[in-house]
Amino acid sequence: MENQNIINIENLNLSIGKQHILKNINTSIPKNKITVILGPSGCGKTTLLKSLNRLTDLNPDVKITGKITIDDINIFNTNIDVTEIRRKMGLLAQRPYPLPTSIFNNVTFGLRISGRTNKKFLLPRVERYLKLANLWEEVKDRLHEPASRLSIGQQQRLCLARGLAVDPEIILADEPTSALDPISSAAIEERFIELKENYTVIMVTHILRQAKRIADNVIFMYLGEIIEQGTAEQVFENPQQEITKQYLRGSFY
Amino acid sequence: MKKIRKIEEIFFRSMALMSSILIIFALGLIIFSIIKKGFPALSWEMVSQTPKGGFYFGKEGGILNAIVGSLFLATGATFLALIIGLPVALYINVYLIKRVKLVNSIRFLLDVLWGVPSIVYGAFGFAVMIYFGLKTSLLAGIVVVTLFIIPIMVRAMDESLKLVPRGLLESASSLGATKTEIAFRVFLRQSFPALITATLLSFGRAIGDAAAVMFTAGFTDSIPQSLGQQSATLPLSIFFQLSSPIEEVKNRAYAAALVLTVIILIISILSRFLTKRFKKNIIKF
Amino acid sequence: MSKKAQLYRTFKDKINSYWMLIWLILVVLTPFLIGFGLFYKSSLIFEEHSLTNLLFSTQWKPLAGKFGFYPFIVSSLLITILAVLISGPICLLAAINLTQYAKSFILKIMQPVIDILAGIPSVIYGVWGIIFVVPFISEDIAPLFGIETSGYNIFSAAIVLSIMIIPFILNILIDVFKAIPEALTEAALSLGATHWQTIKKVLLKKAFPGIISAFSLGISRAFGETIAVLMVAGNITKVPTNIFDAGYPLPALIANNYGEMLSVPLYDSALMLAALLLFIIVLIFNLFSRITIARFEKNM
Repeated sequence: MENQNIINIENLNLSIGKQHILKNINTSIPKNKITVILGPSGCGKTTLLKSLNRLTDLNPDVKITGKITIDDINIFNTNIDVTEIRRKMGLLAQRPYPLPTSIFNNVTFGLRISGRTNKKFLLPRVERYLKLANLWEEVKDRLHEPASRLSIGQQQRLCLARGLAVDPEIILADEPTSALDPISSAAIEERFIELKENYTVIMVTHILRQAKRIADNVIFMYLGEIIEQGTAEQVFENPQQEITKQYLRGSFY
Repeated sequence: MKKIRKIEEIFFRSMALMSSILIIFALGLIIFSIIKKGFPALSWEMVSQTPKGGFYFGKEGGILNAIVGSLFLATGATFLALIIGLPVALYINVYLIKRVKLVNSIRFLLDVLWGVPSIVYGAFGFAVMIYFGLKTSLLAGIVVVTLFIIPIMVRAMDESLKLVPRGLLESASSLGATKTEIAFRVFLRQSFPALITATLLSFGRAIGDAAAVMFTAGFTDSIPQSLGQQSATLPLSIFFQLSSPIEEVKNRAYAAALVLTVIILIISILSRFLTKRFKKNIIKF
Repeated sequence: MSKKAQLYRTFKDKINSYWMLIWLILVVLTPFLIGFGLFYKSSLIFEEHSLTNLLFSTQWKPLAGKFGFYPFIVSSLLITILAVLISGPICLLAAINLTQYAKSFILKIMQPVIDILAGIPSVIYGVWGIIFVVPFISEDIAPLFGIETSGYNIFSAAIVLSIMIIPFILNILIDVFKAIPEALTEAALSLGATHWQTIKKVLLKKAFPGIISAFSLGISRAFGETIAVLMVAGNITKVPTNIFDAGYPLPALIANNYGEMLSVPLYDSALMLAALLLFIIVLIFNLFSRITIARFEKNM
């Protein structure tokens, strides 16, 4: 089906201590598209992204109300195992965080912790996911070297491959190019456009041009609220809200 | 006026430099004194034999009993402390990630504990042993020294574990890792060199301690064959021999002091070397 | 992934979190256990003596049932204060040198020096005291004052201690000076102050709580130090009147007499009280030091 939604968020409110970070978030994320969460720094984009795979659980004093369903499963349901929810989503952070081990072990981490330690099982997968992340050619001869020796752009692609290896449906990307040089950034963007055939990509960014380059769908946030959302065309060509217009004109970042 | 200011500047600047040099000089002086007094008395017999009859009157024998006893004791205590301390340090940094205030209180408590003198642990251990009618033994010494080094080890490990970036925790969580897997596969590896340093630091404390073992491990001229037997330790061996009025016995104490100093220096160098060796996997953030 | 494997993983995680929590609780409980144990063992003595009597009586005759801690407390205080008086200014100047003036190569030498000083066992310091400090005091220093001494006295003990506590004081002082924002000193320097004036008027003022904290940590370390002090202090039960008198600090009292304490009534109780006193005094100074430094860091 063409416009099927994979994620639904209803009345999501999130506060940390006394700070109200997310206010009445209501939105849906369509499957196999790139959804960009856009907005100035500090508007709650990253928090929204992290609440999707419950990374917010790791923060002290977080209070969440509302409902997020992924594949019609309420992720705040206490009966389900949070690690299973997280495996549905691969995360790409603002800067690469490779695990302190070899390239091979990085890619296979998700598989190995779930008991798949057979080399014959792992090797073809390492190749497949490193190819998907467009890193294979650069590292195929040194899979057992420490990941720390890779350049930062390569590390970010390694993190992508590592995330893909747990076979997620969704890729969460939190300003994934902010620590990278322009060429590495372009490589990541290119990957996303190819990956959306099989995955749903949700990317947080505050770079307008990047959003315009790759977004199918846009959620514009400001001060913890969703101001405007819709297809890229709707939001970029024909914004309805004054704040959105100002932002698109570049009046503030 | 300007001249006075200039003189003041130069004066205090050189005082500050002198102080640093004085500290380096003090260390040099200590090591030099120990080597100068200890080296002439050092012999193969000293480190390869246990005390023979009349050893404490200057007759034949060596301090092998104390060397081996100290190694047994320090190894046992470091091992026990590692089994308890490493999980505790990981628990604080991974499982209690949300309980910031609680973790800070625990750190505070451990810092305070860090300063408790070993003789207090020794006296406490002795009191407990009397209460239960236990005799001094290698095991008792190990247990008390373990208690003494746990805060040191936990805090030293904790200092490095708390530097593991949050992004790494989030990344591993996103891959579906449980807290156990994050603790033992990610945090442990990322901090590995520092954890080795912490372990060796604790080993150094354990082997150098005299006050706690004085009450609990006893002293004997033979090498302990089981945990239930008494055990000599190097610091106590030095202490006892030095209180002898006989010159030869005193000289052997100096030699024993040299042996202990060398062991401590080896630990220090080893820890620097191993830290470098294991750094390659560490991601710099 | 199979359901079973998943269940096993979460189960393992749960189990691990339980035993790790139990170990944490054990570790955290230890100090309370020690405090309680020492108090329990020493409480017997309070049935016959009052606390003020124990603390301020100068009579220490266990065989006659007299347990006055005054000579030991005075010795401990004298040695500790003197050690910090020697060590404190040196550490302060060295920390200023290391953080304000020094070239990086001195810093590189200094860190291992501090680590090794911290790692040298107490008994080695004691041996060094006997080899070097004791003869130095009795042959070179005391004669200057026209005093005759064996060299086994409070002054020697304080010198040995003053070096032992250097790493603890210096490490904290370095952290303290590093915590002060550079902009602050730069501002003063650009107003035309000399470097030392800046240090004196800006840095030292700002760092004052941190310095106090470092010194009180030094006090707490020095107070509990046993073997090294025991080896050079002389250990004569008498209230010392000057620094060339022999002293008999509390830790030495405990270490020297534990062997006989079981055969004399209340003796064990008295020694446990000494350990408890030591524990409490060290805790108080440590606590004070940690609280001050925590406040200082918060204000930076």
